Amino acid sequence: MSSEEYPDGLLYHAEHDWARVDGDTATLGITWFAQDQLGELVFFDPPAVGTQIQKDTAYAEVESVKAVSDVIAPLSGEITEANEALGDTPEKVNEDPYGEGWLVKIRLSDQGEADQLMDAAAYRQHIGRG
Amino acid sequence: MNAPVESGAGTRSDPRAGAIGASAGLNPREGEETLTLLQKSRRGRRAFVAPATDVPEVPIEELLPASAIRKEPAELPEASEPEIMRHFKTLSTKNFDLDTGFYPLGSCTMKHNPKLHERVAALAGHARLHPMQEPRYAQGALEVMWNLQVALAEISGLPHVSLQPSAGSHGELTGLLVTRAYHDARGEKRHKVLTPDTAHGTNPATVTMAGYEVVKIGTAEDGGVDLDALRAAANEDVACLMLTNPNTLGLFDRNIEEITKIVHDVGGTLYYDGANLNAVMGISRPGDMGFDIVHFNLHKTFTQPHGGGGPGAGPIAVSDRIEPFLPVPQVVRRDASQNGRELEFDLEYDRPQSIGKMRGFQGNFGVFVRSYAYICSLGAEGLKEVSETAVLNANYLKARLAEVDDLLPIAYDRTCMHEFVLSGRGAREQLGIKTLDIAKRLLDWGVHPPTVYFPLLVEEALMIEPTETEPKERLDYFADAVKAILEEAASDPEIARNAPYTTPVRRLDEAAAAKRPVVRQPRER
Amino acid sequence: MSHYTSVTEEDRREMLAAIGLSSMEELFACIPEGVRLRRELDLPAGMAEQEVYEHLAALAARNRDADAEVTFMGAGMYDHYVPAIVDAVILRSEFLTPYTPYQPEVSQGTLQVMFEFQTAISELTGLPVSNASVYEGPSAVAAAGYMAKLETGRRKFVTSRGVHPHSRAALETHAAGFGSQVVETALDDHGATDAEALAAAIDDDTAAVFIQQPNFLGTVEELGAVAEAAKRTGALFVVAADPLTLGILEPPASFGADICVGEGQSLGNRLDFGGPSFGFFAASDKYIRRMPGRIAGETVDVDGRRGFVLTLQTREQHIRREKATHNICTAQALNALAGTVYLSWLGKQGIVELGKLMLQRTHYAREALGLEKINPGPVVREFAVRVPDLDGVMERAREAGVNPGYRLGRDYPELSDGLLVAITERRTKEQIDRLASLVHAEVAA
Repeated sequence: MSSEEYPDGLLYHAEHDWARVDGDTATLGITWFAQDQLGELVFFDPPAVGTQIQKDTAYAEVESVKAVSDVIAPLSGEITEANEALGDTPEKVNEDPYGEGWLVKIRLSDQGEADQLMDAAAYRQHIGRG
Repeated sequence: MNAPVESGAGTRSDPRAGAIGASAGLNPREGEETLTLLQKSRRGRRAFVAPATDVPEVPIEELLPASAIRKEPAELPEASEPEIMRHFKTLSTKNFDLDTGFYPLGSCTMKHNPKLHERVAALAGHARLHPMQEPRYAQGALEVMWNLQVALAEISGLPHVSLQPSAGSHGELTGLLVTRAYHDARGEKRHKVLTPDTAHGTNPATVTMAGYEVVKIGTAEDGGVDLDALRAAANEDVACLMLTNPNTLGLFDRNIEEITKIVHDVGGTLYYDGANLNAVMGISRPGDMGFDIVHFNLHKTFTQPHGGGGPGAGPIAVSDRIEPFLPVPQVVRRDASQNGRELEFDLEYDRPQSIGKMRGFQGNFGVFVRSYAYICSLGAEGLKEVSETAVLNANYLKARLAEVDDLLPIAYDRTCMHEFVLSGRGAREQLGIKTLDIAKRLLDWGVHPPTVYFPLLVEEALMIEPTETEPKERLDYFADAVKAILEEAASDPEIARNAPYTTPVRRLDEAAAAKRPVVRQPRER
Repeated sequence: MSHYTSVTEEDRREMLAAIGLSSMEELFACIPEGVRLRRELDLPAGMAEQEVYEHLAALAARNRDADAEVTFMGAGMYDHYVPAIVDAVILRSEFLTPYTPYQPEVSQGTLQVMFEFQTAISELTGLPVSNASVYEGPSAVAAAGYMAKLETGRRKFVTSRGVHPHSRAALETHAAGFGSQVVETALDDHGATDAEALAAAIDDDTAAVFIQQPNFLGTVEELGAVAEAAKRTGALFVVAADPLTLGILEPPASFGADICVGEGQSLGNRLDFGGPSFGFFAASDKYIRRMPGRIAGETVDVDGRRGFVLTLQTREQHIRREKATHNICTAQALNALAGTVYLSWLGKQGIVELGKLMLQRTHYAREALGLEKINPGPVVREFAVRVPDLDGVMERAREAGVNPGYRLGRDYPELSDGLLVAITERRTKEQIDRLASLVHAEVAA
């Protein structure tokens, strides 16, 4: 699979999710740590475009062979796009968790929420890797 | 180490050799395809010969409307009897089984299946009896059920038994539904059921099916229920606490009397998951601990063969206050002098507060026959000896495995009951192999691995239940095999990571099976 | 030491020493005195194998089984001929004694059988996805209800009274737990589902509509009309079908069934006073992740060998826990194996021939009896008739070693003089004629 990394320039949530903020939109996904815990993903059913998601609450589930995990929203907003390609190749989340393995894109409802997230260094500390 | 007691499902060979008994390249059957019977079928072959039609024949179109007549035949196999036999016999050789070797699966109680049981279950009087046969012509069957009920009541300490549920989960659901009926009858609406975080997955799944909300109770440092957490959660919105004792960590909860009091004080019922009953027969009874409802797994403690995934049975025993709500029909014994009835045993349907039916007819009667035969064979003393020996075997194996407790530390270090849980975290940190790898390498040793990754509370869990039917030397063999695997991993962890090598297939791609499920043989024609 | 354990006195001493204890009692010191049983269990002493056998044989002798009388009883379980090959396979240790196939490398026998079973059920029902078994018929109907409730979020079930009384009862009992309501609709005066009455009961809060094929009285139902009514409101259309007669009946999938469940006893399983048998559960593709129970799936191993594993386990209780699709764990694998062997033995041609034989004999029997037909329409293996002096007929027949069938009065009070008669391939013309003459003799008297 991919090698362990937590890129700078992304923001991180304690429940192992990342956000790439671009103005009033953001791309969301799960971190290398999260995909490593789960093992190879076999299923991701994306929420519908237009769904409102709330920071700190679950907005979807990811499944590996032996586990199911809630995906926690690091930020609140409305889903503008979901990564439909993951329907056929969910393992992209393992191979490229920050790139092709993105889960959803949202229009932020409160750009201030980003301040509550961690940067890469803080997240690495959080998971005991730094 | 000594030569193995037996070799089990495969022979040990050079781990990198490949299939059973093969040096690379010399097995001409190496690349043979695995085919289903459908794929082996050929048009026109058959095993069935129909009895002669001895009545006048009427065209099917006159007997059935066109819309109902099947247009496309079902693609079932076409093969002769010898080919069918070869197909299934060959498949059977790919299974490891209990008659072949050791199966220390925690909470599964894989004890020997006595051979007498198939013989008594096959007696025509039992096997060929129609479920709707009038009770006066089924007195033998009803007496089997009655006697089994009496025995289960005595073992559990709860007087009223329903044999109807078909498996443990079914019994759990029945138990929560009678709980609901009980509270409804008292005019109380309760919404929550408490379960410990060590509970078997069927418990919370059952809670949801019964329309309740799961509230998880944490585990204390000694491995028992966290009493403070329980007290905090226990209130009048709690319908029931579901527990097993000993629990899935194999530990007897010393606070059990306090636990049942806490729940009873808020008016809740107590449900005992009988999966671990093998530890306490004749020693402690759930009824005496304070439980209202108990389920039994006849396919665990009472030797019904597992059959690769059933059949089983999950009868329940309940206290007086729960009795009115039991499913119908109930097997009852009537005093012959009452109302001049001749029937000694009967099926009672007139139970106005019953929850109704959980399934058709009376339950898995064939399973009752086997369990009853077991209880007859062992008797009071024998059943107690079962539990004593089960606990002795588990503690001995635990003591043997303590020899590698730096790599496989015990999750909770005190006397266990019939099973115990080790953590593979030491092996992972020091040797770089996971519990999964140890399990797969054990397959090459001709034993079935223990339960792995359960309970969730323990990291890299290995849950081990030897049962009472294993001799000491087999426990030693298993402990020695585990030690050998750890030693082997210390010098080359890759061996375990790529195990097994000697089984009919090696590690399978489960991710692919989940991503693109293929759950039937596709049609070719 | 009993005959099933091997721990000798010497073993015990050595083992206790290794544990660091000096007596067995110390093993149980952790059990509080208040819950220690300090008396023997009040059960009889153990018996020798021979004695147990004789005891069970004596009990068996007090049952009038289908070898002791000629039985025309059906009502959900049938006296079909189970071929010897079924026992030859299912009594093998390798199928009888293993656990659930959680370690697939040593369970390919069990897993491939599950796969072949799923294939056969899929073929019979016409639906693409089948699981590896549930407990039996009536609880399978309840499971279909639960799945429909989870899928639609709706709170009502509508079922024809033609569905087996035990299935309707099980549906109600389960529904009382998860908060759904069951509405039953009438049969018409021909013993078939009144399609209009059924349609009238279906609304926007209906999660599933249930019909049985053939129905409890043996009527071959017209599934098309019911399917339409169900689908119109988005309710799931559930057919409880008999798997054996599906050999000659058009499969439920053709009529748009979303789910097909049923009782598997007719397929290679004994009567056994009602169990164990198995239930089957099949559905459309889109419901695969909502299915209850175990499912075997195909894959390959690291060397490229074809193999089978339990798949989509994240639906199940051991992973999904409170959000599982069902709480089922142990099912009926061995009985499903018996069914798979049986269907292989019957084969593609055989199941059609068997179906036609039953159809012919059933028609013959209904005419031979010449009694008033409760369901005069098409039947395959079973039919219902009104019997004057039913008590007398039952007595006379029983005395002559014949069981004429199942009395309908308990389940259908309006049919208190009704008798349900089943004609399997084991009921010969001679036996049917004998039943007819017994009935006529009593009725004439």
